[in-house]
Amino acid sequence: MIDFTLDEEQLMLTNAIQRYAEERVRKVYRDAEEEGAIPDEVIQAGWEIGLLPSAVPEAFGGFGDHSAVTGVVATEAFAWGDLAVTMSLLAPGAVAIPVLKAGTDAQKEAYLPLFCDEKMPKIAAAFTEPDILFDPRQMKCTAVREGDQIKLNGSKSVVPMADSAETFLVYANFEGSSQCFFVPAQSEGLAVGSREKLMGLNALPAFRLTLTDVLIPAANQLGGEAGIPFDLILNCSRLTMAAAAVGMCRGAFEYARDYAKERVQFGEPIAHRQSIAFMLAEMAIDVDAARTMVWEAAWLMDQGKGITQEATVMKHFVDEMAVRVTDKALQVLGGYGYIREYPVELWLRNARGFASLDGLAIA
Amino acid sequence: MISFDIPDSIKNQLQMVEMVAGQMMRPQARYFDEHEHEIPHDFINMMWPVIKDQNKRMLDKLEAGDPSPTASGTKKANTSILRLIMLIEMLSWGDPGQYLCVPGGGLGGAAVESVGTTEQKLRLMRRFAEGDKPSWGSMAITEPDAGSDNSAIRATARLDEAANEWVLNGEKIFITAGALSLVESDGFCVVWATVDASAGRRGVKSFVVEANTAGVTVSHGMDKLGIRASDTVVISFNDARIPYDNILGSPEVQSGKGTKGFQGAMRTFDASRPAVAASAMGIARGALEYTKEKLAEVGVTVDYSKPRHLQSAYERDLIDMEAKYKSAWLLTLKAVAAIVHGRGNRLEASMCKAYAGSAVTEITQKSVELLGPLGYSRELLAEKFMRDAKINDIYEGTRQINLLIVARSILGYSRHELK
Repeated sequence: MIDFTLDEEQLMLTNAIQRYAEERVRKVYRDAEEEGAIPDEVIQAGWEIGLLPSAVPEAFGGFGDHSAVTGVVATEAFAWGDLAVTMSLLAPGAVAIPVLKAGTDAQKEAYLPLFCDEKMPKIAAAFTEPDILFDPRQMKCTAVREGDQIKLNGSKSVVPMADSAETFLVYANFEGSSQCFFVPAQSEGLAVGSREKLMGLNALPAFRLTLTDVLIPAANQLGGEAGIPFDLILNCSRLTMAAAAVGMCRGAFEYARDYAKERVQFGEPIAHRQSIAFMLAEMAIDVDAARTMVWEAAWLMDQGKGITQEATVMKHFVDEMAVRVTDKALQVLGGYGYIREYPVELWLRNARGFASLDGLAIA
Repeated sequence: MISFDIPDSIKNQLQMVEMVAGQMMRPQARYFDEHEHEIPHDFINMMWPVIKDQNKRMLDKLEAGDPSPTASGTKKANTSILRLIMLIEMLSWGDPGQYLCVPGGGLGGAAVESVGTTEQKLRLMRRFAEGDKPSWGSMAITEPDAGSDNSAIRATARLDEAANEWVLNGEKIFITAGALSLVESDGFCVVWATVDASAGRRGVKSFVVEANTAGVTVSHGMDKLGIRASDTVVISFNDARIPYDNILGSPEVQSGKGTKGFQGAMRTFDASRPAVAASAMGIARGALEYTKEKLAEVGVTVDYSKPRHLQSAYERDLIDMEAKYKSAWLLTLKAVAAIVHGRGNRLEASMCKAYAGSAVTEITQKSVELLGPLGYSRELLAEKFMRDAKINDIYEGTRQINLLIVARSILGYSRHELK
């Protein structure tokens, strides 16, 4: 029966994440953005909530099964705290969930236990490319079979924590479709480039990556010879990114709402004016509408349905919603919205990234 | 638990309704658009037995002492509201004008259901559950000088204690199915009137005025932009006398800040706003499907896997329409799901109404644009969808009134703080 409420397990999980977001993340996220680094202990505390192990079956060291719905619910709660922290915490999922969904048994046994450790594994997905016409289904990075090896060439961008990664899951065009490959960081021809300077998300250490005739064993292809159903992975990432947008925008809405009730001009709170109050009402509706779309797409995925159409439509909506809502939040704050002492300008900068960043994180 | 599952029994019923909507309503939709004030009798006669049986089942249950579905609270999921919403969506997909002619209690019946006593329900609702001829219920709130501000209502109800009757005077406008309820059938109209004009909204009560009541004059139907199959009338009351027991809720004017009686009347909106949103979404889905179908005939289709730089403007627009449709429909279902599970939905009801009204307006306007010169032609249905759609942005509270309700709710403000 149709229902829009969390189950008990999801409630416990989101309560734990909400506490973490309030008590740890919201204390540091502004400085983290300015300094370009998130304190290790904050990341560690977030990792210890154990979202990823809860999606990995016991046989591989975890204690549960993956649910896209639980993933988006948790992601929203994390992103309410901060987007860069959320992306840092969910970046390993961009390797683990594809392995879980499409890996061979041997790959599951080799990799999944790494994600159930007390420490975050040093492994990163390399998805996006530094290309105006980037098309995830037609990547410019290439993978070519050479005997029982694969040769990789191309460049990737916004690869999270690439400076400390020991292994990369690199996406490339292989025989006409987007496939991905495990590439050891010390491979010859692989170079971690400069740190990305992005419009937002500056607390997330993300890097360029170039691959020049990098040779890996053919067995390093995720899913073995069968490869991966790329749309499934892409849609997983879209769900996570969209849920993150919803969480961040909920935070922006709440902040603007509270500000509007406290800010007094002409002798009364500005929220007494319809011009302000209506913006807030529209923001609340926008965030709620976006959330229901994310939930429905996630639920369909959990039912085993292909959701490319739904995910495309949903992501189109959410990407624009994020900019609409954070822009209105900034507008409610007026001049203060433009000042970096306040968080709202960061949310607007972060919001614009959703249309461009796929494959960064999966929950 | 988060779920988007619709019970099979509802899905199955919807398939049958879809046949009526597609094979009967759609083909004659244009005719009734161009012959305003004609009544779609064949559609009405087809719907009556179905509606009648459904109402009979509910009434029989109530008579047997079962709690009414609206009062059953959290005990058991209340699927009847979900069924109704899905039905409204599908009928509006067929033709929103004809949908508004579906016999039964309508908004007036909903008011009796939500605030009436068991005695009132059994006495007043029986007409929608039996008989060879269909009957309708309607609701009269708006007056020439009381639109969104229904505390400005000037229609009066005076108690004649000797006769134990209420005496109604005043003029009501914009009454959907008003003629169907009072002229074409032995139905009733729920009329909002004040028992104490000095008490503002506290004095406003609702009264059931049955067909054939002396002193009630139903005017000719108003001419409208769209939903032309639906009759919209003006009703005047000149010393119209109704039984004392036809008042819904308490006759007391609460002193001080209490507005309980008024809030009771307002409770009708918690279900009727999602219902309007659902009707809007039926039109939106209809327009979207129609637009895609017409574009496909000339070779324009949507590829959901294309990167942005290869998307045509058409594709982008269609995806945008689909996104607006989907988000508004899901918000509507969220407001309905709250009722299904016995939770309050005042905020969600206004959210979905405000949003669905604007979504359907934008979707149908875009549809006319996308279909070029033929989109503007009355040869196709796009322009009709656009005209029909707009009412959903207005009735049951304009978009702005609903935004005001949402804003007050999220800010924790009263109407004194946020005017």
